[in-house]
Amino acid sequence: MSMTQQAEPAVGRPPASGPKQTDGRTARRPPALRLLARPEVGVFLGAVAVLVFFLITAPPVRDGSSMANILYQSSTIGIMALPVALLMIGGEFDLSSGVAVISSALTASMLSYQLTLNVWTGVIVALIVSLAIGAFNGWMVVRTGLPSFLVTLGTFLILQGANLAVTKLVTGNVATDDISDMDGFAQAKKLFASSFGVGGVQVKITVVWWLVFAALATWVLLRTKYGNWIFAVGGNKDSARAVGVPVNFTKITLFMLVGFGAWFVGMHNLFSFNTVQSGEGVGQELIYIAAAVIGGCLLTGGYGSAIGPVFGAFMFGMVQQGIVYAGWNPDWFKAFLGVMLLGAVLINLWVQRTATRR
Amino acid sequence: MNDNKPQGAVLQDSAPAPDGPLVELRGAGKSYGNIRALHGVDLTVHAGQVTCVLGDNGAGKSTLIKIISGLHQHTEGEFLVDGTPVRFSTPREALDKGIATVYQDLATVPLMPVWRNFFLGSEMTKGPWPVRRLDIARMKETADQELRNMGIVLDDLEQPIGTLSGGQRQCVAIARAVYFGARVLILDEPTAALGVKQSGVVLKYIAAARDRGLGVIFITHNPHHAYMVGDHFSVLRLGTLELSAERSEIGLEELTNHMAGGAELAALKHELAQVRGVDVEELPEEGDLTAPVATPSEGTS
Repeated sequence: MSMTQQAEPAVGRPPASGPKQTDGRTARRPPALRLLARPEVGVFLGAVAVLVFFLITAPPVRDGSSMANILYQSSTIGIMALPVALLMIGGEFDLSSGVAVISSALTASMLSYQLTLNVWTGVIVALIVSLAIGAFNGWMVVRTGLPSFLVTLGTFLILQGANLAVTKLVTGNVATDDISDMDGFAQAKKLFASSFGVGGVQVKITVVWWLVFAALATWVLLRTKYGNWIFAVGGNKDSARAVGVPVNFTKITLFMLVGFGAWFVGMHNLFSFNTVQSGEGVGQELIYIAAAVIGGCLLTGGYGSAIGPVFGAFMFGMVQQGIVYAGWNPDWFKAFLGVMLLGAVLINLWVQRTATRR
Repeated sequence: MNDNKPQGAVLQDSAPAPDGPLVELRGAGKSYGNIRALHGVDLTVHAGQVTCVLGDNGAGKSTLIKIISGLHQHTEGEFLVDGTPVRFSTPREALDKGIATVYQDLATVPLMPVWRNFFLGSEMTKGPWPVRRLDIARMKETADQELRNMGIVLDDLEQPIGTLSGGQRQCVAIARAVYFGARVLILDEPTAALGVKQSGVVLKYIAAARDRGLGVIFITHNPHHAYMVGDHFSVLRLGTLELSAERSEIGLEELTNHMAGGAELAALKHELAQVRGVDVEELPEEGDLTAPVATPSEGTS
């Protein structure tokens, strides 16, 4: 390196593009380490650890039907955790997702019952209402620029209040009427809440939907334009806008996707229990967010996967049922969850730091 | 914007460049309410030339690029692209006219891989609609090829762009703008946060872009960097043009003096001389500043 400064001005030569293949500064990292850098690997190991733990401490878990039960429990969390995770990768939260599930179920149930319509009418209207709630959240967030935490906290309170008040107004009760003998119920139950046998074990249909949605979400996230935009609006909104990514469209549709998830889980609740308790759903939104975070999604957006939250939800379902099978007091569930959440986040952090260090 | 032009087409577009300026401002200005941020600015950008815009903080540089890149509209004067008056309402419109802006910190999404950043907003796809998907192999290959054409060699296009150095990131953003058919490249202080060597790398790419026939608007604080690659220099001060000179009309020293508020410094010199410890020998006298000083608010050049 000579010290003579190239002072001659305006010598614009194109940089010599050497024929060398690599810049030779990055050593190839071992495959194991590169694998660990993926967002879903930490949670996968965590899920395996929890599974092994309960297989050892709670013998009933080894039974096929309890495994099906655990998967069912996981799927009701997992179906919602997926759109919540996508939204989180897109840089936003939705605190209203828990009560939105109940709002959707209430809409379908009360509309069908009070007007004596085919339940499918209620199902469709509930879908529209859920998407509209999502669109409202998204529109408010992109329009006002307020943090989605505040906007959806508002929606959360509105929906929580409206769920109770409207239900009491319409039915005179805190729960809706049983709709199991109405037209189209059996058909809808088949779609949302049926079971099928695999080797003598009854598996709920939601498990299948959960995995189908997860596969779809993964494909969209990694292989489509829209997925690219999700990462971009979460990673750096202004850059994304400057290069022509439709930021507002992406964010609003992500909120609507959460609405879709809420609708689906709401319909499942309705058609498996025939009636809806209007006060439920509070607190569920944090479970979904926790499953997404445990699944390796970055709370601040721009990083994550759709497979990670699948394992995250599985961990939740496993612990929830595992405690029961182990014969412990189920009151410990939440405490256990908290420990698990912290542990998973720390492991994720450590794994990523170690694996991505250059 | 999904028609991904092959790189050859871009070159052919710009090779037989017409003599007229690609972008021209005539007495352009911008007021925010009763604050006049920019007033009477003339600027021309020709194909294959680097127009440097210099100025201190608050001189109006940002307002100027925001007008040209379509983020704001001018409130006085004229803004012409290819000789026709225009008024952009979004950056997209400016992009469609071939005016691409590389912002200092807005250029990339740090956690996304290099190739995804390269094609962000203009992704290549394949397959019919329900299963239309990213053409990853083609995008990676094209990104690698384009970066190599600009002299950037990266081992791994999968690495997050945030792991690249600041200079490399700027270069990726420049290469991206060139690939997507930019005819005019606006660079907003690309060297501001960079070290000496990295600045050199960026300057090389500015020269490379110019040699590919692009008109470059290079906004900077640094007269040394500007003088390395510039063909025309405009110095802004307090929202007006203080200097507009061709390379042949001005030397680096003079440019530096203008940049540093030379005229003011000269006036201050006498005062400073009375303060012990301030070396005034190096400061210019008013008479030293011989370069043509632009007269604001008149359509010259």
